[in-house]
Amino acid sequence: MGKHVICRLEELPPGSSRRVDIEGREIAVFNDEGRLAALGNRCPHEGAELCHGLIRQFFAAEGAGEYEGTGKRMLRCPWHGWEFDLSTGQSYVDPARVRVRAFDVDVAPGEGLSEGPYKIDVYQIATEEDYVVLTI
Amino acid sequence: MSTLTIDQPKQDLRIAGLGAVDCDVHPRLPMRADLMPYLSDYWQDMFPYRAIDRMELVGYPVGTQPFNRPDCEGGNKDVSALAKAHLDPLDLSGAILNVVSGAQGFYDPYLQAAACEATNRWIAAEWLDRDPRLRASLLVPFRHPEAAVEEIRRYRDDKRFVQVLAMGMGEEPLGRRTFWPIYDAAVENGFSLCVHGGSVFRHAPTQSGWPSSLTEEMVHWSQAAANSVASLLSEGVLTRHPELKVVMAESGVSWLFATIWRLCKEWRGIRLEVPWLKESPEIVIERQIRMTTAPLDAPPGGPEEMAALMACTGSSDQLLFATDFPHDHGGDLGVWPKELPQDWAADVARNNVIATYPRLEL
Amino acid sequence: MSDVLTDPRPETAAETATKVVDCDIHPSFRTPTEILDYLPSRWRDHARAFGIRPPNSMTGALAYPRMGGGMRQDAWPPTGGPPASDLEFMRAQHLDPLNIEVGILHCLNPGPSLMDLDFSAAYCAAMNDWQVDRWLSQEPRLRGTIVIPQEDTAAAVAEIEARATDPRFVQVAFVPRGIEPSGRRRYWPIYEAAAKHGLPVAMHTAPYGWRENTGAGNASFYLEEHYAVANPIQSAMTSLIFEGVFERLPNLKLVLVEGGFAWAAPLMWRMDREWARMRDEIPAVRRAPSDYVRRQVWLTTQPVEEPPRNADLKHLIRWLGADRIMFSSDYPHWDFDDPHRAFRIGLKPEEKSAILRDNARAVYGF
Ligand code: FES
Repeated sequence: MGKHVICRLEELPPGSSRRVDIEGREIAVFNDEGRLAALGNRCPHEGAELCHGLIRQFFAAEGAGEYEGTGKRMLRCPWHGWEFDLSTGQSYVDPARVRVRAFDVDVAPGEGLSEGPYKIDVYQIATEEDYVVLTI
Repeated sequence: MSTLTIDQPKQDLRIAGLGAVDCDVHPRLPMRADLMPYLSDYWQDMFPYRAIDRMELVGYPVGTQPFNRPDCEGGNKDVSALAKAHLDPLDLSGAILNVVSGAQGFYDPYLQAAACEATNRWIAAEWLDRDPRLRASLLVPFRHPEAAVEEIRRYRDDKRFVQVLAMGMGEEPLGRRTFWPIYDAAVENGFSLCVHGGSVFRHAPTQSGWPSSLTEEMVHWSQAAANSVASLLSEGVLTRHPELKVVMAESGVSWLFATIWRLCKEWRGIRLEVPWLKESPEIVIERQIRMTTAPLDAPPGGPEEMAALMACTGSSDQLLFATDFPHDHGGDLGVWPKELPQDWAADVARNNVIATYPRLEL
Repeated sequence: MSDVLTDPRPETAAETATKVVDCDIHPSFRTPTEILDYLPSRWRDHARAFGIRPPNSMTGALAYPRMGGGMRQDAWPPTGGPPASDLEFMRAQHLDPLNIEVGILHCLNPGPSLMDLDFSAAYCAAMNDWQVDRWLSQEPRLRGTIVIPQEDTAAAVAEIEARATDPRFVQVAFVPRGIEPSGRRRYWPIYEAAAKHGLPVAMHTAPYGWRENTGAGNASFYLEEHYAVANPIQSAMTSLIFEGVFERLPNLKLVLVEGGFAWAAPLMWRMDREWARMRDEIPAVRRAPSDYVRRQVWLTTQPVEEPPRNADLKHLIRWLGADRIMFSSDYPHWDFDDPHRAFRIGLKPEEKSAILRDNARAVYGF
């Protein structure tokens, strides 16, 4: 348990993702148009790495042909395309039984980071930069 | 052990006594002479002039040997013969007549409409009026949906017509939007939809053309049934009409579980293409797809395997009793099929049928 | 709920150590025109001037466009080019981590279905040369599938004869959506040639062909079409049985690829029943159809069907027999299956090794 500084914010620009391995877990961290999100990296279906997935909005339809964007952000698994709610990890196709773990992820200014309770494994913290902080 | 344990009594269960409804019975095909009284003056001129007579589908050839039980010769020639050969001995409380003829085979939409309408009138006058146990499928021209809608509305109050009959291999995949007015009218008036095995040969029965033998072709009827389910599901017909029951007749039973398992997988990955399909296919199919029990294509191993099969499919509530009379699937017509658990008899022979047909009044 | 899936079950050490035979890998050209380098100049010129014409409705898009372009989104090689066009990356992503001892290539290509039969023969020969040059000569774990101009029987047989002595080719590809049903007489010399050389015939599902994809006409959606692509291998198996091909050629092995396998059990029951009541029509079929299946047909697993209740897969394995099915991944396509996670039931260890490896070793003699 704890907060982990995983990279500088500029290393995770909007539209990008990365995989981090912390405390024996694989976690996929996304920058979805400026909003950060983090999910367990392995798809519960057959184990694809979700960090390779696409983030798009959820499309619904009342009747056939009536496509409607809902704005809700979903991750599409890079293999079989199952959709997961980016904020909760819940699967659309089997919500009762399938979900990926969602983690809190935030941006924190470098100033003050080195004082803890953060775990900083790899990074030299520069006070003038912003960092991505993951809570496990 | 993963099979379910079924205690099937040693002795046969007789159909008589179950109050069964036979959901697939075939009267003889009407000839021109039968239909003439029910045609308009134009078509009364045209039918003989253009040599339209028996209208037997090559893709549903009722003249061939397996379509006729040797012990039922002539048993479907008229109402009294049917009563004697089938309704009485099985003590049926109802029987649904399916005329699978070339009425839906003509290309001319108006001729198709005329043939369907005349056949319906013939069925009403020569069969339904003469035995209160009889019910029927309504033939409608899929090449002329507006006329099909009119025909459905015309029979709104004649509850003896309980479903609309479609061919498993017809004009186009059944879910196509072209046909929606037919389904809308059917549902509005409480009709179910029957998708019956056979083809009007608009398209080759397989993706690589025409099999050499009827045997091989008939094997494909269950594939056509599966494609029809996929079409009705994907196009959104089933979910547009969640109350609509679709009865897959004479297409086998055992194919459906494999269809569901694959469609579930497809939907999970491809639902973005059809976002109107909001429920997993097995839910929609269990709610709305029914199958008649002749033929069954049952797994070897008896009722226990049949129970496993239907558990894989959904539930035994999806089965409707049928004999496919007078077609020959072997066995004694008067006896509950040995592959089916006897415990299911009350539901499959009657309760499921009642739940499937809102228009059926017994 | 106790069975909420949050993380996939980690692979066990035993799994990681299990060697796997993958019966379906799809190699790709690096560029769309790569095949031209393998064609004689006469056909290279022809392709440039007149195009490559199979009976598909368009080029540049699919008539049933696929999700994610039909690819695993993580399969694009970092060096560029389409998925499965780079052997190094295929090794790193697929062959090595999945411990694949043999991977059998299926080149999805228009060659067998070209409308110009002479071009068809040239294209198929070029595909076979390309397989050797780009893959089989580079990676000993990979095996090839002989591509043939199947609508020109004599040319198809000649192509089989030309490749049969190369042990790197382990089977003959036959597109189950041909001009006629697969068991019809025009194709018999092809099966005879394959059987003579002990080469199984592999039929891979085909999304495009000469006819509509259902008996009621073309479906509307990729969802239906991707369902219906499993149908031609069913029809092909049925056709080979009812046309008497298996009866005539008891040594012929048929491998059905990328259609899943759940349908095979009920199809056997249905064929046996129709045969029992209609057999006078088809005297050449001497045994119950399921006998031929159990003697001469194998199915590859992908895409493994997904029952609403995973445990139900056990019934299917009992009905079909674990000896009939062989693992395939379909790498690098979107509906890829992982050898250790696609079967979401506890298979017995002997069933698992049969499916993942031993059945294929026996069928192909690896
Ligand atoms: S592995 Fe993610 S959807 Fe299959």
